[in-house]
Amino acid sequence: MLKSIRSTVVMLGECVRMSLDNILSNKVRSFLTLLGIMIGVTAVIALISTVSGVSGSISTSFSSMGAGRLSVSITGSDLKTGMTPEDLAEISSLDSVDGLVPSVSLNGRVSYERTVETNVTVSGRNAYYFQSNPDLILQGRALNFIDDDNSTYCCVISQEMVDTFFFGVNPLGKTIYISGIPFTVVGRFEEDSGGGVASIFSGTPNILIPYTTAMKINNTREITSFTVYLKEGTDSEAAASEIEERMDTLFDYEDDCFTVTSMSSIEETMETMMSMMSSLLAGIASIALIVGGIGIMNMMLTTVNERTVEIGLKKALGAISWQIQAQFLIESFLLSMIGGLLGVVAGLGLSYALCKVLETSFVLNTGAIVLGVGFSAAVGILFGWAPARKASKLNPINALRAS
Amino acid sequence: MAEGIFFEMKGIDKDYIMGGEPVHVLKKIDLSIEEGEYLSVLGPSGSGKSTLMNIIGCLDTPTAGQYILRGREVEELDEVELAQLRSLEIGFIFQNSQLLNRLTARKNVELPLIYAGVLPKERRRRAEAMLERVGLADRMDHLPTQLSGGQQQRVAIARALVGNPSLLLADEPTGALDQKTGAQIMELFSELNREHHTVIMITHDMNIAAHARRIIRIIDGEIMEGGSTKDA
Repeated sequence: MLKSIRSTVVMLGECVRMSLDNILSNKVRSFLTLLGIMIGVTAVIALISTVSGVSGSISTSFSSMGAGRLSVSITGSDLKTGMTPEDLAEISSLDSVDGLVPSVSLNGRVSYERTVETNVTVSGRNAYYFQSNPDLILQGRALNFIDDDNSTYCCVISQEMVDTFFFGVNPLGKTIYISGIPFTVVGRFEEDSGGGVASIFSGTPNILIPYTTAMKINNTREITSFTVYLKEGTDSEAAASEIEERMDTLFDYEDDCFTVTSMSSIEETMETMMSMMSSLLAGIASIALIVGGIGIMNMMLTTVNERTVEIGLKKALGAISWQIQAQFLIESFLLSMIGGLLGVVAGLGLSYALCKVLETSFVLNTGAIVLGVGFSAAVGILFGWAPARKASKLNPINALRAS
Repeated sequence: MAEGIFFEMKGIDKDYIMGGEPVHVLKKIDLSIEEGEYLSVLGPSGSGKSTLMNIIGCLDTPTAGQYILRGREVEELDEVELAQLRSLEIGFIFQNSQLLNRLTARKNVELPLIYAGVLPKERRRRAEAMLERVGLADRMDHLPTQLSGGQQQRVAIARALVGNPSLLLADEPTGALDQKTGAQIMELFSELNREHHTVIMITHDMNIAAHARRIIRIIDGEIMEGGSTKDA
């Protein structure tokens, strides 16, 4: 028994050696055949890892945004179009709420000396926003309560704005014009930090001003968008319903006046979308694998025909059908696996490059590698089966007569 | 020197269907061979001698009749047993040597041992010993294309002998060789027979057949006469 297992192992080793021999003796043909599998696996791996890299960095920015945040946007009713500062104070006083940040948008033309820039996003925020994001300010000072209370004409501008207007000049203390109104630059902020997911949806604001000033410019007393910062350890779903309840009373229970969105629910939606997208892309890419498999089958059938005499001879010398079948099956398996492994390497390289271009972090996705290798192994066996079977069924007499 | 019956054929028939017509290739063949015999099967092409060789070599099965090889009814063996029988009992030598061109002489000789489950080291040792035996000690790592026709046929003989089979079955072993090389190969066969190998050689050439100690003629699928040139 042990001896027969041993000789079977030796036999299979011999099959591997003969297969490699044969693959190497037809280098160009073998390479072209495995190219199909390689391209398929490359596509699968590159797509899956790139998508998972992108979705990974989105998740990271979600968590940097903090789990304990809710964003509220208000469409309003006929009687009440938004929240007054008094309404906001009422929300702020809720137990679960740590504070809130109103967001008042202006779209404006900004100028400094002779430089004019249109379509600059200007957003009104409050002092609490700067307190909660202490890393935001790179230079100068943040906007504070005094700015809020007095509706001062102070602003902090993003690095991009500094590059546009103040290249090589210290921007602090300079006066810029937002929609024709003079503002004093008091600070510079990093647009990548603190913006979080909100910036993905609304674009990063370039200039931040006190929200009270923004409301004055917009000539309104109502706020239509704000973010609620919850106290640590608060359940965001419970807090969301508490806020909804309070706002329902403010809006007289009219329907569809506002939406409260928790970041975790956005994150979930995003993750579902990403995983759907990655399976869809992988599905499309796997068509290439099937095409590659057909290429392998074609080559194996040709090989079997070419080696009819060899097969007949081996049978005459004592080879059993399964040994012949194993040899050809191993050959197509190896061919496919070599293609698959090259595809994994190429795919990882490609997705690394893509992640660099997309400026997201590259994540080594083991699932994608297992999928790529497993798929190519399956293709090799599946598409090698019929040719190997054909080879093993050859009648040695006819096979030898073919010479 | 006969140590008993090697194989026995009783009323062997073989029919083929060719183009929808049945062809009666072998008709009621009765043949028995003793161990250690040297037999020539002489016949023109199309006489059925290759079919007879295929049946003797267990590559083909008869349509009717009984074939008993070393006491075993061949008809009752399954595919695996037949393959084992071919690998252990029979060494084939084909007309155009049928070597695999991608493998060296040594690897070609090792081939039957692979299927007999012999381990690599032992395989190599036996292949080398056998190549030395047929006078190719200095050609072991040559590819068949680097060898002359006679040398190729010697490799084929070494391959047939390496499994130490009891029967050496040769189909036109000198068909592709010139006369001088052919004579050398014949000398090798006689030598092997003297070493107690049973040898069956199929040929259409009377001069070649004459090397055997017993000749049978086969014409139109029938054994016409049993001749003997026993001179030993």
